[in-house]
Amino acid sequence: MATTAQNRAILREPAVVATIILMFLLLGLFILYPIFSVLRLSLTQQGSFSVDVYRELFNRPRYLRSITNSVMLGTVVATIATIVGFVFAFAIYRGGIKGRRFFQTMAILPIISPPFMFALSVILLFGRNGLVTARLLGLDTSGLYGLPGLILVQTVNLFPIAYLTLSGILQNIDPDLETGAMNLGASRFTVFRTITVPLAIPGILASWLVVFVTSMTDFGNPIMIGGSFDVLSVQAYLEFTGMGNLPRGAALAVLLLIPTVLVYFLQRAIMKRGSYATVTGKSSRRGRPNTGRGMRVILMTFCSAVTFLVVLFYGTIVFGSFVRLWGVDWSFTLDHFSYSWDVGFVTLRNTIMLALIATPLTAFMGLIIAFLTIRKHFFGRSALSFLSLLSYAIPGTAIGIGYVLAFNAAPFRWSGTAFILVTAYVFRNVPIAVESGIAALKQISAEIEESSTNLGANSSQTFRQVTLPLIKPAFFAGATFTFVRSMTAISAIIFLVSARWNHVTVLILAQTEIMRLGVASVMSTILIIIIMAFIYLIMKATGLKRDQIFSSAQ
Amino acid sequence: MSETYLKLNNLVKDFVDGRGETVRAVDDITLDIQKGDFVTLLGPSGCGKTTTLRMIAGFEHPTSGTIELHGQDISPVPPYKRKMPMVFQSYALFPHMTIFDNIAYGLKLQSISRDQIARDVAEACRMVNLSGVEKRYPGELSGGQQQRVALARALVLKPEIILFDEPLSNLDAKLRIQTRTEIKRVQQAMGVTALYVTHDQSEALSLSDNIVIMNHGKIAQSGSPEKVYNHPASPFVSDFIGNANFMDGQVTRVSTTTVDVSTAGGTMSIPADRCEHGLESGTTVRLAIKPEVISVNREKSQFPVTVDVASFVGPITEYKLQFVHDGSDEPQIVTAIESNVEGVTTVYHAGEKVFMHINADQARVYKV
Repeated sequence: MATTAQNRAILREPAVVATIILMFLLLGLFILYPIFSVLRLSLTQQGSFSVDVYRELFNRPRYLRSITNSVMLGTVVATIATIVGFVFAFAIYRGGIKGRRFFQTMAILPIISPPFMFALSVILLFGRNGLVTARLLGLDTSGLYGLPGLILVQTVNLFPIAYLTLSGILQNIDPDLETGAMNLGASRFTVFRTITVPLAIPGILASWLVVFVTSMTDFGNPIMIGGSFDVLSVQAYLEFTGMGNLPRGAALAVLLLIPTVLVYFLQRAIMKRGSYATVTGKSSRRGRPNTGRGMRVILMTFCSAVTFLVVLFYGTIVFGSFVRLWGVDWSFTLDHFSYSWDVGFVTLRNTIMLALIATPLTAFMGLIIAFLTIRKHFFGRSALSFLSLLSYAIPGTAIGIGYVLAFNAAPFRWSGTAFILVTAYVFRNVPIAVESGIAALKQISAEIEESSTNLGANSSQTFRQVTLPLIKPAFFAGATFTFVRSMTAISAIIFLVSARWNHVTVLILAQTEIMRLGVASVMSTILIIIIMAFIYLIMKATGLKRDQIFSSAQ
Repeated sequence: MSETYLKLNNLVKDFVDGRGETVRAVDDITLDIQKGDFVTLLGPSGCGKTTTLRMIAGFEHPTSGTIELHGQDISPVPPYKRKMPMVFQSYALFPHMTIFDNIAYGLKLQSISRDQIARDVAEACRMVNLSGVEKRYPGELSGGQQQRVALARALVLKPEIILFDEPLSNLDAKLRIQTRTEIKRVQQAMGVTALYVTHDQSEALSLSDNIVIMNHGKIAQSGSPEKVYNHPASPFVSDFIGNANFMDGQVTRVSTTTVDVSTAGGTMSIPADRCEHGLESGTTVRLAIKPEVISVNREKSQFPVTVDVASFVGPITEYKLQFVHDGSDEPQIVTAIESNVEGVTTVYHAGEKVFMHINADQARVYKV
């Protein structure tokens, strides 16, 4: 809580005050105002307040079904993905399996893929003309569309989120606790049951909730392979863009928004209250594997199986890039590349350019907000941190609709411009940059900054010469994720693209819909290569390790 | 000959705790610090000593009261313009800068030539016996070396005052004593004023010209080390600085030279100048007795006791002695310290029945 004395102190630093005001204005305009526009539209009928739109939604089975479908999908995927993530993390950090480094890489690989890429793989493998379904098994089936396919792709897509959270938590559990329990007479399984799992419970709950929300708000996979399994995000898009029923689209987005915001705060509360500070004293040494031989074989088999799926999904896309007509003509061709170059080059170039513009902006803004909320005392500090993290909780669909509604009339007539795409990238990703900045700042003792001030440096000199170099890893982690997530964005972006400023993921979706699967595969492969190259360059240029960058992906 | 350099006037600092309640961390502190003095703020944790130091450095704003430097109120001066370098408990070295850059940090913020900076840094390193590590990073240095860098970083600015916030608490015992001596030597050599915060009474006693003992945000007593050690103003000071034993009793007779106090173990005659003023027959009092004025032997004297714990630590032996009051079932534990002289003193062991003798001339008497 900022006291009057602290408020007065901050007034002596006009640059700080100006920055705080600027941040509030930006967050208000690009996060609060669009959401307010969505709510307003869904709650007005002929200029006055009305809940008619919602009443209508709840009276039609089709919409009711998309609500229950979304919740069901989220629940199933969250449960499976959290289990897979936990087993993976346990196998690597406590199970003592061989090939740790390989499995670590495989467990985070899906994070950098566009959200719908595995859906494309599923179409290629298990679709109507699927390699497995039609060619190997000779089935004449409509393929793995609908719930089973969605569960499969989302699990592979989202288990890394659970893995990252849980591996952080498992690494933080002092091995001495487990050794100590064993020393007191507990068997391996008792140690697992009474020490490891209880300490990981907050992380397990938090992962479940994050995966739940991500699965529920996913747009790319359901639109590709959802089939007749209607979900809210797709329904909102179809109503808003397809049918032109703006109020109904807005109302569906609000229905998606409510649970995600609630879950987001629940998740934060759990992580805050439930995380045990077990960091006392120095741990003696690395923990020995807490598993027997038989268990290690089981863990190894499990991790290999999941890894096989990941590799299979990626390999299929690469393979699909070179096949003339999937399911019909399996001959080798490079035609898809030349075609992709013709249709996709401008879009790809623009996507990269706009993502590169958004990347440093987001990283800087995240750091500044993190710095202000952690190190400065002022009235409205918690409001600033709340606002900056809020967009994390808002589904892309709601942001996309909000931007369309808020920014297509004076004084903010920006629809169809590159500017609106860049702002969407920035404000969708600023929470990640803020979070990683906050985590980094909390590890730098305040005394280090105080000693700089004490030796004669003012606020901005201290920030530039001491704080900034020390939070460099957080800065680049925030930047990397902004780039990756901007390049692979779709749920919000699909509302904002125009003929002049298209986005590569939207183009891939369009190619898939007209069954140009080879072209979609080429574009996906190129997208993945660009993202990997970017991460590689960042790691080379900054000397950061992979784990430092990915630690902020949670 | 001495002039007031830094003056604290009725300094108060309130904090709001987690439950929204106001806590007074510093409660009406008034203090004069003379130029060139080594002044220590000594007290248990939570007594407000660090908060006081942080207000002087400008990191906290006083709730009320003023801080004057050369007679000027410095409350409007931001911390980075106060020129009061501080040596932090954690050293707070910049981990991404070399030792040279750490020490040169404050100089580079002023318009000083490169050559001059290099000379000043070299001089500061020489002062603290630190050389050959200028190109290394803080993480590559030992705790003792880091401590010297922190000191050099403050010294290099040639300040009028240096603030120390428990600078030795992260060092091991031997290094602590060595570094303590070095801090004192450098401070005297440079004639710089030092304000030093610690909870360790031996640090305070060995370093200071003036000790300010704080408790619950207030000054409990201030004065020279000899004065606060030999004439503690309250049972708190006796306990904190002398680890005194306490014994309750009642005044039986008051004369111009002595006061007789009856205690569980008999009546003791204590010199009147060691007693709080205003005692009369019947007053309930508390005796403070330092461990070193209690002797342990086998000759029958004042108190029969049982050795509870005997800790032989080379030059001395520290005893925890158990003695039983008449009519009390709670045994009281008393600490005594005996010097060990080979062939002269006997070391007793746990369980032995012995006697303790209290030198009444060295006890102090406080009203309860």
